[in-house]
Amino acid sequence: MASGTVTSSEYISHHLTNLTFGNHPENGWSFAHGAQEAAEMGFWAINVDTMLWSIGLGVLFLWFFRKVATSVTSGVPGGAQNFVETIIEFVDDNVKSIFHHKSPVIAPLALTIFVWIFLMNLMDLVPIDWLPFVFAEMGVEYMKIVPTTDVNATGGIALSVFALILYYSIKQKGVSGFLKELSFQPLPKIFAPFNLFLELVGLLAKPVSLALRLFGNMYAGEMIFILIALLPFWAQWVLSVPWAIFHILIITLQAFIFMVLTIVYLAMAHDDH
Amino acid sequence: MNINLTIIGQAIAFFLFVVFCMKYVWPPITGALAERKKKIAEGLDAADRAERDLKLAQEKAADDMRSSKEEAAAIIEQANKRANQIVEEAKEQAREEANRVKASAQAELDQDVNRAKETLRAQVGALAIAGAEKILEASVDEKAHAKLVEKLAAEL
Repeated sequence: MASGTVTSSEYISHHLTNLTFGNHPENGWSFAHGAQEAAEMGFWAINVDTMLWSIGLGVLFLWFFRKVATSVTSGVPGGAQNFVETIIEFVDDNVKSIFHHKSPVIAPLALTIFVWIFLMNLMDLVPIDWLPFVFAEMGVEYMKIVPTTDVNATGGIALSVFALILYYSIKQKGVSGFLKELSFQPLPKIFAPFNLFLELVGLLAKPVSLALRLFGNMYAGEMIFILIALLPFWAQWVLSVPWAIFHILIITLQAFIFMVLTIVYLAMAHDDH
Repeated sequence: MNINLTIIGQAIAFFLFVVFCMKYVWPPITGALAERKKKIAEGLDAADRAERDLKLAQEKAADDMRSSKEEAAAIIEQANKRANQIVEEAKEQAREEANRVKASAQAELDQDVNRAKETLRAQVGALAIAGAEKILEASVDEKAHAKLVEKLAAEL
């Protein structure tokens, strides 16, 4: 809720600003006071809130799954094991239906992507003022609790996936095979430069689309929550409840899409054309 | 939307999470799943086998029952036959015995009748002679008329 002294645009921009720590040209190593300063810090700055929340959620995910994995039984599973097994089988089914090679990496990778991104997206359903308010009371100026509304978070994962695409393409086909694949299709060999250009654009579009799709969806969703929060407090539920319910679908779907596309891209990297 | 060091940090965190997941989370759980799948398959197999065994045992029991019934029926039949045979034999024996007794009685009777006849004949001869003697008032030579008397007696 916007307090009296804060204008709507200030409120919105406050909620869309990360807690950035970096080397400011004038202030030196410090937390940025506002988006302007964060932008001036350039590349050598780090969004502390994104890092903390994403790593925290990742650790939570792995801690829970590891706890189940240590006490796992092939007999009658308990509640937590049932839950974990359901997710793992869901991921495994998806991997098996798309990816037809043997790889010890793909399935755990898909699981990590799905659950981690889902948890990060889930933070979107926490009422948007609660945690920033708590942190503001503790003297922390900015706090964006949904890591996937930060393009760095989605970009980091997408870049890693891109690196894996390159790695597996070269591992499976060799450098020359990979280059041949990029140059000798879809048009005949004489058009090799044109083909190469086309395929490189397509290749680069993969991580960019992965990162921006997730970022865009979550950013837009967050934005709508922020706009709803500008309404008088007694009217907010009329819009925020339906949007939150709809958002449950979106956050799951986005995590699922990210996972499936990753599997598809890596399957393509393994396949010979 | 500033691209900064966070993107590298996220990539590193992601990498570590994937490695951890790959080493410590995925294998034990999928292992347990595979093991359970195997157990269930074995259980179903065992159930199938048991069902088949049960069916076989039931068939065998029914077979045994049928064959023992047949055997019992055969034994009863045989016993009945034997009993009839014994009764028949006894009847036959009795009939033979009766016939024999009857035959011997008949023979005795015949003998008696013959003897009586003989006696009677002899007596008739004597009586006839005596009668004739009385009638003729003369002694008739017994020896001379013996033939005639015997003839007469034989005609009686």
